[in-house]
Amino acid sequence: MELLSGGEILIRALKDVGIKTVWGYPGGAALHIYDALYRQEDVHHILVRHEQAAVHAADGYSRSTGEVGTALVTSGPGATNAITGIATAYMDSIPMVVISGQVPLTKIGQDAFQETDMVGVSRPIVKHSFLVTRTEDIAATIAKAYYIASTGRPGPVVVDIPKDVTDPSHKVPYSYPEQVKMRSYQPTDKGHRGQIKRAVKTLIEAKRPVIYAGGGVVLDNASEQLTALAQKLNFPVTNTLMGLGGYPGTDRQYLGMLGMHGTFEANTAMHHADVIFAIGARFDDRVTNDLDKFCPHATIIHVDVDPTSVSKNIEAHIPIVGTCKAVLDEMNSLSEQMAIEPDEEALAEWWAQLDQWRADKGIYTASRYEESSGNCIKPQDVIKMLYKVTEGDAIITSDVGQHQMFAAQYYLFDKPRTWINSGGLGTMGFGLPAAMGCQLAFPDKAVACVTGEGSIQMNIQELSTCSQHNLPVKIINLNNSALGMVRQWQDMNYSSRYSQSLYEDSLPDFVKLAESYGHVGMKITHIDELEEKMRECFAMKDRVVFMDIVVDRSEHVYPMQMPGGSMRDLWLNKTERT
Amino acid sequence: MKRIISILLENESGALSRVVGLFAQRGYNIDTLTVAPTDDDTLSRLTLTTKGDDHMAEQIVKQLHKLIDTIKVVDLTVGSHIERELMMVRIKATENDIRAELKSCVDIFRGHIIDVTSQTYTVQLVGDSEKLDAFIEAVGDMGIMEVVRSGVSGISRGDKFLRV
Repeated sequence: MELLSGGEILIRALKDVGIKTVWGYPGGAALHIYDALYRQEDVHHILVRHEQAAVHAADGYSRSTGEVGTALVTSGPGATNAITGIATAYMDSIPMVVISGQVPLTKIGQDAFQETDMVGVSRPIVKHSFLVTRTEDIAATIAKAYYIASTGRPGPVVVDIPKDVTDPSHKVPYSYPEQVKMRSYQPTDKGHRGQIKRAVKTLIEAKRPVIYAGGGVVLDNASEQLTALAQKLNFPVTNTLMGLGGYPGTDRQYLGMLGMHGTFEANTAMHHADVIFAIGARFDDRVTNDLDKFCPHATIIHVDVDPTSVSKNIEAHIPIVGTCKAVLDEMNSLSEQMAIEPDEEALAEWWAQLDQWRADKGIYTASRYEESSGNCIKPQDVIKMLYKVTEGDAIITSDVGQHQMFAAQYYLFDKPRTWINSGGLGTMGFGLPAAMGCQLAFPDKAVACVTGEGSIQMNIQELSTCSQHNLPVKIINLNNSALGMVRQWQDMNYSSRYSQSLYEDSLPDFVKLAESYGHVGMKITHIDELEEKMRECFAMKDRVVFMDIVVDRSEHVYPMQMPGGSMRDLWLNKTERT
Repeated sequence: MKRIISILLENESGALSRVVGLFAQRGYNIDTLTVAPTDDDTLSRLTLTTKGDDHMAEQIVKQLHKLIDTIKVVDLTVGSHIERELMMVRIKATENDIRAELKSCVDIFRGHIIDVTSQTYTVQLVGDSEKLDAFIEAVGDMGIMEVVRSGVSGISRGDKFLRV
């Protein structure tokens, strides 16, 4: 058997897992690993400018491909810088392995230089973590880490490796386990057949059904199965922020996003539904609004791979624990075998009602905001233009704030894994590094990061990474010189006292900034130049282009649920409410 | 309502901290916690008591089960079970009539006096938590100096058992 050092074993094991790209940043405790990385060509490393970005990039790579993302950082500050990225992945159930260097075993606990208890610090935000104490255990631990990260409800796994465990002078035989078996971890796959049968019967008999589909459908690659079931039953579908693209956004049966900034038709339909089929969604507080007023007439069917999500916030009448894909497959085949017919008449009535809601107050049937004119560019119009110019076929990442909601509302995602955003944790600074991950995975696709002048500055240093590794992402900066969403809340709840949400004249010249990194910068201040400039931007396929677009600062995101209300209690604009 | 939750856990470093951390993270209280390896030293058995309604207990059990190191979890309070706790109490016992009264009280509770000095008795008592509480109440006036309780250990009755 071949003798390898710990560093070599780690890299070899990554290769055997099938990992081609690692995002990272070297440092003292990880140097043995970086040396092993240098002496091979199978695993490609991308040097970022901040460890948080390494994790977000691995995250973006994972969200766009479905593969497990990998990040490599050093101990201490390297590890703690990775924490925000790990928490982001954890909240959105993204499969990821983060390998961190650690001080030597002999120094652990002595407050050594760059020592942080990484397993301890990361504990509440990981699916699992390992501290590797023997060189012989590295390969098996890596195999376990990837297995845990990618199965069941996916999530990030941390592997902390002390420096002496990767000592180049200590060589041991290498063997990679053929399969991983853990007596304490056996995730459920197929749902309970009897429950699934009950669910299908309930669905077919429904008179006012809504399918409420979340990120689980995207993560489990179950969009096809969901679309097939919805279309067979002729049921309306709403997606969560995380689920966008899980059901085609341009389809007739699609009601738009639901929740805090969901559409009037989606939120109102949920409120009046008699059956809600929740799949891969978790009844998050940004969806349900006040739990006591949530969907008073509905029988709830809830499918989730994670038993803790079922009946956590909302009691499910028909709980099903299983993967979205397996359960939907079973439902699709059962729905054909069952000798009951959907109530066509009731459904026709329901659709007439839904279409009425759409026509009355939907954001897709008419413009519900004042349109742009001259130097007053509306952020919504920028997203609509982005959709037009990219023909709805780009991968869109976003940061967090108003721009994120506008992108979610106005870019209609027809395919899964094309909308990449931090939904659960709401991490500003996510967009640019995530876009790098997507661009690396899809070098020939247009990848655009929709951001704001607040968020982009949280990881702007990654413009340098884009130069070094040739990642020609497009940055669509909705610049309103204010923290838009904070400002909106201050307008609505704090009598427009803009406490620390304005940048005054302190913003950089983003055009020059982009140029200083070797990229193309554009500043757009007039609505008439938007289309031409944006076409120019996307025509430069091999360049990073930073589009700094000055948008109307006074714009708010609507609809918006009213605090303490039911799902259908919404502000539709600054003066009109339901 | 009091809950007694029994957990079979991989005897790995960090496993216990995940259990304890989960309670802190999710806002649940731990009233008592006992942990030790089983006959199979790769496994730890924990007994944990907490308070909560059915919904909370269900969530706690599910969340505990979700931990990768957890092999089995059961809420013992749902079925028929036995709980035991060990307590050691040091009580001031200087005068003869107090010593006699204390001795008879210990006998009534089927405890043992496991250490004696001219000033004190140290009493060992085993039973469910209510019995131990009752003893403390009974001897409360006599001058308790120190109380050590092990926390509850629990096991289900009958044929059901928690094993790999």
